Amino acid sequence: MIERFTKSRWAIFVVGMIIGMIVLVACGASAQPAAPAATEEMAAQPAAETEQPAAETEQPAAMTEEAAPPVQTGEGTLAEVMARGTLKCGIHGSLPGFGFIDASGTNSGFDVDYCRAIAAAVLGDANAVEYVPLNADQRFPALQTGEIDVLIRNTTWTLTRDADLGLDFTVTTFYDGQGYIVRAADGFESVADLDGGTICVTSGTTTEANLADNFASLGLTYTPNVFSETPESFGTFVDGACDAYTSDKSQLASLASATDNPSDYVILPETISKEPLGPLVRANDSDWHDVVAWTVYATLQAEELGISQANVDDFTSDDNIGVQRLLGTGDDDLGALLGLSKDWAYQVVKQVGNYADIYERNIAPIGIPRAGTLNALWTDGGLMYAPAWR
Amino acid sequence: MAEASRPMSAEHHAAVPLWRDVRILRWFFQIAILSLVVAGIWVLARNLVTNLNALGLSLSFDFLQRPAGFAISEGPVFDSRGTIWQAYLVGVTNSLRVIGIGIVLATILGIIVGVARLSNNWLTSKVALVFIEVIQNTPLLLQLFFWFVLVRSLPRQRRDEIISIPGGDIRLGPVDIPPLAYFSQRGAAIVGVERHESFSAWWPFLVVGLLIAIALWIFWVRRKESQGKPPTGQFWLAVAGFVLVGAVGWLIVPGSPVKLTIPTLTGEGIIVNYEGGWQLTNNFQAVLVGLVLYTAAFIAEVVRAGIQAVAHGQVEAATALGFNRGQQLRLIILPQAMRVIIPPLINQYLNLAKNSSLAIAVAFPDLFNISQTIGNQTGQNVQIIAMVMLSYLAMSLSISLVMNFVNSRMQLVER
Repeated sequence: MIERFTKSRWAIFVVGMIIGMIVLVACGASAQPAAPAATEEMAAQPAAETEQPAAETEQPAAMTEEAAPPVQTGEGTLAEVMARGTLKCGIHGSLPGFGFIDASGTNSGFDVDYCRAIAAAVLGDANAVEYVPLNADQRFPALQTGEIDVLIRNTTWTLTRDADLGLDFTVTTFYDGQGYIVRAADGFESVADLDGGTICVTSGTTTEANLADNFASLGLTYTPNVFSETPESFGTFVDGACDAYTSDKSQLASLASATDNPSDYVILPETISKEPLGPLVRANDSDWHDVVAWTVYATLQAEELGISQANVDDFTSDDNIGVQRLLGTGDDDLGALLGLSKDWAYQVVKQVGNYADIYERNIAPIGIPRAGTLNALWTDGGLMYAPAWR
Repeated sequence: MAEASRPMSAEHHAAVPLWRDVRILRWFFQIAILSLVVAGIWVLARNLVTNLNALGLSLSFDFLQRPAGFAISEGPVFDSRGTIWQAYLVGVTNSLRVIGIGIVLATILGIIVGVARLSNNWLTSKVALVFIEVIQNTPLLLQLFFWFVLVRSLPRQRRDEIISIPGGDIRLGPVDIPPLAYFSQRGAAIVGVERHESFSAWWPFLVVGLLIAIALWIFWVRRKESQGKPPTGQFWLAVAGFVLVGAVGWLIVPGSPVKLTIPTLTGEGIIVNYEGGWQLTNNFQAVLVGLVLYTAAFIAEVVRAGIQAVAHGQVEAATALGFNRGQQLRLIILPQAMRVIIPPLINQYLNLAKNSSLAIAVAFPDLFNISQTIGNQTGQNVQIIAMVMLSYLAMSLSISLVMNFVNSRMQLVER
């Protein structure tokens, strides 16, 4: 009897464990769809209004054009994003100015704004974004495996990455260059002064390789201290365990601006590399590639036409054909060609802004002026240039 | 009776239908499960290959011969023009270094704490208890960060910088015990020994010395036993034998085979580095201290359990025979406790080896850290992850193999 009793107790215990596990697994599984569902409802209102006409106009476009765009068919990232109702965007979780949690507890930054712009273009709602903070090592696998739809995380466009990772770069949103930051009190004036020093760097970045090239070409020696997370890496430098921290100059300015006393740090004058940063998508997904690229171009085209977040509504009745093509207020429905709504670019500018709005909101506060840099509009001598809008 | 039951069982056997025949069921389920597993692996592999092809990625290992293009902070000499394969080997070496040193130190500390836990001294026992409970019940990752921050909060590495405070001057700079050891937030430099060219001629003497020491030990113990006396003094005799042979070798070999290296501060101005001596970077210190303390806490519990598993009568018998506490522990308790201790000890060694991959958190360039960098510079994540898994598997299996051999030697030989 005793044996039977203990056996049945065991059975109850085991069954209880299994039920518990199933419940936990089910909770874990349902947690993910649950979050988008909540945002989907919020997204539904504006999206439904703006998408309705698009869906109607899309049908003929798809039929006449032999190769139907894979809308709602389950192939391609564009269709997936539309079906899901949210954009999964890989960002930097802790880099002020680019991707970080601001004082109000929301994701904000230059890269985050481009996530919002894409969501506004595709879903009609800039808030329909699910942010996935990633460190440098995680970012490419996350995009390769489909965990995110687009990666906008201070990622440098290089030949190796473009050709070898199974990923495609779209457009450069920010032209950057690598530099070194040192303590003002140490009195270093150039890279040559860092000979024999210890340099903190974040792993999995072009920075790590540029650093090796730079010191080798100058015939200098150094000891790298390689961390996987930016805050750890910069924090070790701040503590004094490294003589310098190296990264893209925008990142250096951003990190210094977040310290207790930014004037304690100096960025050395040398720029040792080209660091064009921009969004990435998976290779061989042209429709999605086009959507991401033209969303960026829309912010540039809007700035070129003088359309900003503040005055975009003044342009809705403008009879300039260029403005009409961009905002979708004329007869041309360029959005349908991308598989988007007619007013997609209007939504981008209205909800997020043009390039200048995005820059002034995020990059200017960390102390990097735009005028005279490569990031100025091409009409002002910069490299920011949208292809022909027709 | 036997005759009656035989035909009955045969008849009974013949009547068992196929689906209730244990032998067939066994085969059926084994084959079914095996084919399920094979099918599962096949589906996953096909999925992988299809998706990699769709992204234009390959599964080739050619990338290992490309130049690495990044530098590594410590370990065997490596510069950024070396190949990725060489970089990977540096990572393996660094991992083995931290695992090897970690296992030795964790075992020593674990045994000390485990014995202290059973001490009759209230303070000793409680200190050991607090150590074990605190270390065992906090995450290792947190501990690694803690040690790293602790090392980093030492003074900066620079030339003397004196500040005056009421009550005297303080010298800012490494915490020094010149010329023996220097500690700064970058790391420590301590006096070490360095091999010279003639070391290759000297080490055979050390081996011979070791053999002679063992022979002397055995001879002395046997001699004492044959005289009916307790074996004492064999340790010092063995040491004397070893030192004697080593000294003879030192005189014969030209030049000195090893010599001390003393760390010196080089460089002027802000950037100063130590040269010579044994250098332990802050990353290495954090990883080693974290792993050793964490594993030692678990080993201490294993040791305590092993000692308590030895019947108390053994201690009483030893006391009755006039053994003192040290002798009881060394000659009676530990040899028996070892049989209980070693199997769980193998687990702790394996845990230490696997936990060493957390070194990436404190920037120690171990196997996992370097493989992450390689994966990122090349994008060949599938191959890199496979290589890392195989490397850790090989390390763990080697530890198991060695320890299982030790275990089989330690187990009670029944006659």
